[in-house]
Order: sequence, then C-alpha cells, then structure tokens
Amino acid sequence: MRSWKVILEIAKTHLFTKLKSTVTASIGVTFGIAAYITLVSFMTGLNSMLDDLILNQVPHIHLFNEIKPSEKQPIALYKEFEDAIPIIHSIKPRQNQRKIHNALPILNDLEKNEKVLGASPQLQSQIFYLSGTIELGGNLTGVDIMKESKLSNIQDYITQGSIMDLKNTENGILLGSGIAKKMSLSVGRKIMVSTARGDRFHLKVVGIYQSGIAEIDDIQSFANLKTVQRILGEAENYITDINIKLNDITQAPALARVLERKYNVSAIDINEINAQFETGTNVRNLITYAVSITLLIVAGFGIYNIQNMLIYEKMNDIAILKAIGFSGADVQLIFLSQSAFIGISGGILGLILGFGLSNFIDNVSFETEALPTITTYPVNYNPASYIIGFFFALLCTFIAAYFPSKRAKNIDPVQIIRGN
Amino acid sequence: MSLILETKNINKYFGKAKPFHVLKDISLGIKQGEFASIMGKSGSGKSTLLYILSTMDTDYTGELFLQNELVTGKSQQELSHIRNKKIGFIFQFHYLLPEFSVLENVMLPAKKLGLKTPAEIREEAMDLLKKLNIGHLDSQKASKISGGEKQRVAVARALINEPILLIGDEPTGNLDSNNSENLFQILKTLKDDKGLSLLMVTHDEDLAKRTDRTIYLEDGRIIE
Ligand SMILES: Nc1ncnc2c1ncn2[C@@H]1O[C@H](COP(=O)(O)OP(=O)(O)OP(=O)(O)O)[C@@H](O)[C@H]1O
Ligand SMILES: [Mg+2]
Repeated sequence: MRSWKVILEIAKTHLFTKLKSTVTASIGVTFGIAAYITLVSFMTGLNSMLDDLILNQVPHIHLFNEIKPSEKQPIALYKEFEDAIPIIHSIKPRQNQRKIHNALPILNDLEKNEKVLGASPQLQSQIFYLSGTIELGGNLTGVDIMKESKLSNIQDYITQGSIMDLKNTENGILLGSGIAKKMSLSVGRKIMVSTARGDRFHLKVVGIYQSGIAEIDDIQSFANLKTVQRILGEAENYITDINIKLNDITQAPALARVLERKYNVSAIDINEINAQFETGTNVRNLITYAVSITLLIVAGFGIYNIQNMLIYEKMNDIAILKAIGFSGADVQLIFLSQSAFIGISGGILGLILGFGLSNFIDNVSFETEALPTITTYPVNYNPASYIIGFFFALLCTFIAAYFPSKRAKNIDPVQIIRGN
Repeated sequence: MSLILETKNINKYFGKAKPFHVLKDISLGIKQGEFASIMGKSGSGKSTLLYILSTMDTDYTGELFLQNELVTGKSQQELSHIRNKKIGFIFQFHYLLPEFSVLENVMLPAKKLGLKTPAEIREEAMDLLKKLNIGHLDSQKASKISGGEKQRVAVARALINEPILLIGDEPTGNLDSNNSENLFQILKTLKDDKGLSLLMVTHDEDLAKRTDRTIYLEDGRIIE
C-alpha cells in the first residue's frame, strides 16, 4: 500500500529545488569515498610491494639440516637409569653434516609431488671476498639458476647482467650490489674469494644482484651450484638447502611438517618466517581505515546538518502531507530516499574520483635504489575496495539521515498548522 | 438519516502541570449531506475540536465515530489512511506545497491513495480545477498564485479523493467578501450536487445563517 512513486516524486522535487544543499552533501560523500579508495589502493599497493619484496625472496618451505643437540641423549638408552632424573652439563650439538642426506632423491621425489610447484637446490657457504689485504665475510650461494629463476623472481633483482650470463659462465658470480660498491667492482671484472679453509678462487663478475635490503646486498652473492661445490671441494650431491614453492601457499605449514618427518630434515614454512610482516600490514590497514572513516564521518555530519535544515524548512510541507493522508513512515521515507540519492550519487562520483586519483598516483614516478624493479608508486586496483567503499557511503548517509528523518516522522502536524 | 460523523463526550485538556480544560463533553453528529457551521469566540476551542474531528489530534478522551465506525484508538497508519480517503481538510491559511505546481498539489492525495492511474488522476484534478474556475493555473507554481486562488486549489485538493466529509477551519477567513462568497457558493454546490457533508468554522454570522445548522461553542462547551 506504500505509494513509492509519489514518495520518490516528492523527494525528487525537494532535492532539485534545494540543488545547492544536495550538491554540497553529495560532494562531502564524494570526497570521503574518493579519499578512501585512493588511500586503500595506495596502501594495499604498498603492502603488496613490501610483501613481494620480502616474500618473493622467501620460499614457501625451506628444507635444511639444523644444528642442534640430539633430543634423546645417550643416557636415555640405559635401562638402569630409567627411573632416575639425569643431569647433563654442557650438552654439545650433535655431530652432523650441514648437507642434506640424499638430497638428489629428495629433489626428484619433490618434483613428483603434485602440491609442489618446484624445488630448487642450494648450497650455502660462508666465504670471504678478498680485495688486497681486506677480507669481507659473506655468503656465496650455489644455485641451479634456471630452476631458481622459475621459482623466485631472482631475475628482477639482477640490475646488471642476466641469469643466462651466469648459466653460461662456469666461474661466474652474481655479486651483491653492496659488495660491488665497496670493492668498486663492475661486470666483467674478477673477484677473489676464499673459503673458510683458506682455499682461494677467482670468479668472474657476470652480474650485480640487488635485493633492496642493504643487509643482504652487503654479503650475498650467487654462483652456479657446481662452482660452489668445486670451491668447497665437495661432491655433486652436496646440497645444504632445498627451497620449495607450492601451488597453494596455505598448505605450507601442513606440508612442512609432513616433509620434515618424511625426509628427516628441518623445515620452515613461510608463515613462520612472515608472521612479523603481518604486523606492518595491519598497522598500515589501520591507518587507512582510520583516515577514511574520519572523512566519512565528517561527510556524515554534513549530511546530518543539511537534512536537519531541510526538515526544518519543510516543516509546513510535512504537516500538510500528514494532514492529507501521508503517514509518518511515508514522510520518513521521503527524507531517507533523498539521502539514499545523495549517498548513491556521491558514492559513485567518489569511486570515479578515487579511481582517477589512484591512477594518477600509479603514474607518478618513484625511483629508489632500494627497489630496483619499481619505477612508479605502487597502486592496487582491488574491486573489493570499491564495493566496500560504496556500501560504506550508503551506510554513512543512512545513519546520518536516519535521525533527522525520524524527527520528521514524529512531527505533530497540529502543532505546525496551529503555529501559523 | 445516517450519521457521517459522531462524537460522544469528547474532552480535551492542554498542559500537564496545570491542565487547561479546552473541550468539555462535546457530543455532536453530522448527518449525510448536512452543511453545519461552528461559531464561537476566539479561544473557545473551535480549531481544537476540528483537529480532533479530522483525526490529526488523538490526545483526547471520549469517542469519535466516522460512518458509525469507532475511530478513536486506531493506529496512526490507519488514521492516515482515513484522512487520505474519507476526509477533506481546508485550512484558514492555504497550506499548499509551494514547490509543486497547482495540478501536482491537487493530485498528491490521489497518488497517495493509489486507486487510480496517474492519467485518470490528472484528468479528474483538471476537471476539479476547471469547475473552480482555475483550470488555467494548472502548471503554475503553487507559491505564485493569489490567496483566493490558493484557497480554491486547497478545495480541489480536499475533494480529489471524493471524501465523505469536508472540514474547513475558517476557509473564508482570509478572503475578501467577493472571494469569500465565491468559495461559499462552491461549498454549497458540493453539498447540493454531491450530497457531501460539510463542517465549517466561521466568524461570519451571515455565512453561518445560510448553512443547515450552526453549532455554538462557548468556553469549550456546546450551547444551544
Ligand atoms: N498547544 C496549546 N497549549 C496550550 N493551550 C493551547 C494550545 N493550543 C491552544 N490552546 C488554547 O486552547 C484554547 C482554544 O484554542 P483554539 O485554537 O481551539 O481556539 P479557536 O476557537 O480556534 O480560536 P480562534 O477563533 O481565534 O481561531 C485557547 O484558549 C488556546 O489558548
Ligand atoms: Mg481557530
């Protein structure tokens, strides 16, 4: 029995005769939503850039041999001391090799596992970079560069040279950018490295590696797996680490535990490694939402004021409408549909403006040495943020309009008509 | 003849702390096709009574019947519907919606009732305006016509849903004698032609004498 058509007609007439207030109220919503969209796009873009920066360099599961004491100390094997409480001083780590036992069969087995996207072997070694009498400690990681480039985006961090250069040069090295700077080395030059045992080797710089994280770039270099095995004087099955990428990252924790037992190695999954990054992401999200909500609340107060004013001005109209048979609910609907219109039009404009602004930011150049692959500010276009923003605009205008509209609903027509 | 409107012992007070007894034991009846007028001194409670009879004011004791159906105690929603469908109200000041055209003002109650198509409503509204000699004003903004014209638009609006009862609170009070006589004639014709029941507050003794019956109010009480 509600006569929607006539209610909307009245709402429309009010909106258009008070065009200035309507536009003011809509603009408030527009700015609130535009700011929200821009902030969210920029902040989530920043988040995913930072996540990429760290996460892409971290495997989903990392297999290695941990140096640790035996969980079962020898004394536990003696039946005689079964009921006693053993006290052992100065427990030493168990004598163990750093190499993963049976690494090559494990790699084969992993490649067959359908949950695994790929597995790449690594040989991590501590070496010294030599320059005259200066010795700089560092890491030289032996990798199967073709496999590695498929599983991580290592090529994004090679600022000079390429992975092919490394593959084709037997004694090539991808030198960390920090070391290259310290030693004034560039592509094509040679560098002397020394193992912990003192054996020295010449390697040819075929590329520069720059992760963007100074601590890493100051020590980390890459060479072919075979080269590092040769430097260390180890056999071809000497592999200290296996990095695994999964098809589904969420399965990492569960699969890590399975692999740990199956291959009798230690396994760290990405969630353990990255718990700390969540904190940063959360704080940035918090800022985004706090700022946007503040803006929308300000817009909401604008709507609240304008609606209150409108209802005050339309007191006579409300009394007449009630006298000629419109119910309080009808009158309330008139004012609510007005703010719905303000919310929808302001919201849509806000989305468009927000898209424009984030697009603008997306094209602003942003170059920093720490992030070699980034040339413009990162922006994330997530449809979900647009949907959330729009519903948020509607919610805000509804709440802002609800109380004034309720006042209109309860206006006593007799009082108004008598008042004249 | 059946009663269109009937009240039984209506009492009304204003104020809580020191209640002021405005209406005292009002019992009256308006018959089908009757044109009744209410007279009384300023402050005697005429408007107050009309607001109660029009169902807009529900804060009273006693009983109000419309077509022998008890109206007292119905919900606001139901009362709105009754006002929309059965009662036409003409105020002393010509309460129109200023931003709407004359025609739209007249059409509003019918659109709210929603029994007819917009085209039918438009046609009937036009007919009413023509009968009241203001057909040419249909597309004017309601705020841009004269007082006498506004009052006739208000009459047209009150009649659009073919109510059973037309209530007027000094409808001629703000009009010159010419316009006043004109409006009175219109109301009289409605009674004669359509059998409409009318109840009108007036300060004009001559007009009151020409109605079927005059009810005198004094200090909130009906006197004979
Ligand atoms: N809201 C109110 N609160 C208190 N008293 C009121 C209120 N409205 C009206 N009154 C009083 O009720 C009495 C009746 O008022 P009412 O408007 O019905 O008089 P009236 O007969 O219509 O007068 P008039 O001929 O001047 O229009 C008056 O004394 C008035 O002061
Ligand atoms: Mg009065």
